[in-house]
Amino acid sequence: MKKFIALVLCGLMLLGLSGCHGSQEKAAFVIPEEFDTSRNYEIIFWAKNDTNMAQVNIYKQAIADFQALYPNITVNLRLYTDYGKIYNDVITNISTDTTPNVCITYPDHIATYLTGADTVVPLDDLFADPKYGLGGSEILFDGPTQEEIIPKFLQECRFNGHYYAIPYMRSTEACYINKTYVEALGFTLPETLTWDFVWEVCEAAMAQDSQGNYLLNGQKVLIPFIYKSTDNMMIQMLHQLDAGYSNARGEVQLFNDTTRSLLHTIAEQVEKGTFNTFKLAGYPANFLNAGQCIFAIDSTAGATWMGSDAPLLDIAEEKLVPFETAVMTIPQFDPEHPSMISQGPSVCIFQKSDPQEVLASWLFAQYLLTNSVQIAYSQTEGYVPVTSKAQSSAEYQDYLSRRGEDNDTYYCVKIDAAQLLLDNTDSTFVTSVFNGSTSLRNAAGQLIEDVNKSARRGQTVDDAYLDELFTEVSALYRLDQITASDGKAELGPLPAASKALLAALALCWLGMGIYALAQSRKNRRQPS
Amino acid sequence: MKKFVAMLLALSMVLAFAACARTDTTETTAAAAETTAAAVETTVAAEETTAATESTDGTESAAVEVMTHEEYLAAAIDDQVCVETYVQATQSWWEDKITVYCQSPEGAVFAYDMACSEEDAAKLVPGTKIRITGYKAEWSGEVEIMDGTFEFVEGGDTYIAEALDVTDLLGTDELIDHQNEFVTFTGLTVEPSTDANGNEAAFLYSWDGSGSQGDDLYFNVSVNGETYNFCVESYLCGADTDVYKAVEALQVGDVINAEGFLYWYEGVNPHITSVTAAE
Repeated sequence: MKKFIALVLCGLMLLGLSGCHGSQEKAAFVIPEEFDTSRNYEIIFWAKNDTNMAQVNIYKQAIADFQALYPNITVNLRLYTDYGKIYNDVITNISTDTTPNVCITYPDHIATYLTGADTVVPLDDLFADPKYGLGGSEILFDGPTQEEIIPKFLQECRFNGHYYAIPYMRSTEACYINKTYVEALGFTLPETLTWDFVWEVCEAAMAQDSQGNYLLNGQKVLIPFIYKSTDNMMIQMLHQLDAGYSNARGEVQLFNDTTRSLLHTIAEQVEKGTFNTFKLAGYPANFLNAGQCIFAIDSTAGATWMGSDAPLLDIAEEKLVPFETAVMTIPQFDPEHPSMISQGPSVCIFQKSDPQEVLASWLFAQYLLTNSVQIAYSQTEGYVPVTSKAQSSAEYQDYLSRRGEDNDTYYCVKIDAAQLLLDNTDSTFVTSVFNGSTSLRNAAGQLIEDVNKSARRGQTVDDAYLDELFTEVSALYRLDQITASDGKAELGPLPAASKALLAALALCWLGMGIYALAQSRKNRRQPS
Repeated sequence: MKKFVAMLLALSMVLAFAACARTDTTETTAAAAETTAAAVETTVAAEETTAATESTDGTESAAVEVMTHEEYLAAAIDDQVCVETYVQATQSWWEDKITVYCQSPEGAVFAYDMACSEEDAAKLVPGTKIRITGYKAEWSGEVEIMDGTFEFVEGGDTYIAEALDVTDLLGTDELIDHQNEFVTFTGLTVEPSTDANGNEAAFLYSWDGSGSQGDDLYFNVSVNGETYNFCVESYLCGADTDVYKAVEALQVGDVINAEGFLYWYEGVNPHITSVTAAE
């Protein structure tokens, strides 16, 4: 009876331990030995495009080509034009267990998805699988090996010790410049654009006649410098100055003296009328093309909208002002060591109860890395393919070499933007990914937006203002609730309850040992 | 001794279960904190705006005075403004924000992303009188009130604007004087829209046809020899509305009358709320 009780107790304890371990996880995905082609699979793919029909066509073509290779897999496409909308929908669908199978996403967003129950499939084992992995023997298409994915881009998809995504396309930000205006003001573009140069040109452009027309463009409207993504602006400025933003442990470092100094500069420029943002004024491309802007910073993936010969236009033809467009890296503080953000869509796979369905999803995701998809999609905007296999292909090299042949496929500004990233891939960086990194990014942009608004609205932007702003923005995005890990174990420090549990278990085992020893001695004393 | 050991074992198990439960709760809370950050953002932003409004004039009692429409028009971009007006239509409420088309007998205003609780959003029915405080802004040609807050005018009357026929003003400099007003266009001929693949259609989902049902609809109409691009804004009139379905049923060459709000995006770009066949 005593033995039975002891067994029951041990069993219960083991159950307790396993319960702790698995409290947040479904059964982990195990790669099937074989892909079962006798069954049919329906894969839901949520894809983001830049409101660009050419990109939609490429997704559709990729699906058709893939289905021809795998007739038992049907891919259903759902189109989005906004990463934020995908993010919101995924969050909503996690709770109802109706996530898509394959989804275009940002790594920052995946970090949040991972806080729920087992949601996103870690891809490490799938990468390495000899049959169905990257370059696997059973793959029915010519996909890249792991080594053929640009290491820097692949690394961006690794966090919490695992790969949770594959890069799909990469872009950075570029400064699209009305070179004609810069030279009209008596300046020559330097080899590397600097912040000092940009501010100097902007200030020189503000001269007006007695009627309020700017001398530079003869119009009543001139915003010399417009930035599309202010979160990127703050992140890159801080990175260039080696100042704090966040670290790998998820520690928030945004609110520092360098940030304060940058915001003072931005406020001064706003007061001078030289600077504005997309959120307050409109698309930088529209002002640039209307001759109302000199420096427009936007993604390289927005290059087809930039310039007076741009294939995509959002303003009336009669508003277009002809000018020469220069495409340069974003302004730098240290031109000897340029630094710019790496961005662009990645692809993740969501966990499903059927491992065969997950494998089918992986096959499709992997298909998006083939040369045909990579090269075609990269040509729709100033994106670059994420594989060396595609980048070094004769087809892609031919595309680059035909810069300026037309104002469509070979539009010079678009190819210049792609070339900018190809030339500067080693100078790109990404910010750390953790649960809360999306909020931190939004907060970084909010600081600039608020300062912009306040300076415009006649409020004083001084240290007291910034103190209050820091407090408000931190509270707004709940940055004080982001828990930094200890840097050793990615799960963070043991909670007090867990420590108590371990201590109790140790005591328990000690008690059992003492009891067993006592029984043994007792038995020894009894005559046989 | 046995009892002591049994108690110890039982206690350790209770602790074990408690620890598991505690871990679970902590992680769930963390996830919730992250995912709801956006919603929190808007709430606090609204509070910020209110505070800024109050602090601009130094004291809480020195609130911005209600302007006439003429004073509102005369205000400079970035000036703080306050108007009393009447709701004509709203876009979808989202994360404690709402965009409202407003008009009084004196003129119209467009309040973009105004702070608003879901409860108050339900009360913003056409005709309701509200007092909006915010900042005058211009985004791609659209003059609007940004970062606005509002309050219901207690005991206020109601007003629903009659649609003003501005067909003859299309293409003239005078049209912008009626920006944001509820207007009507008559005798418009539906012209083909060309998507990015070069295909012609009577309307497009999204500006270049890259969208799908539920997205904004764009269609071209001509009158007096000029062609204009009109929009069914999906946050104002979604896929289940009559106007959305009516535009989906348009054929090139149809002659129609249309009503809507005279929105601006790099030129006139009305948000259409009604389409009927011209008699």
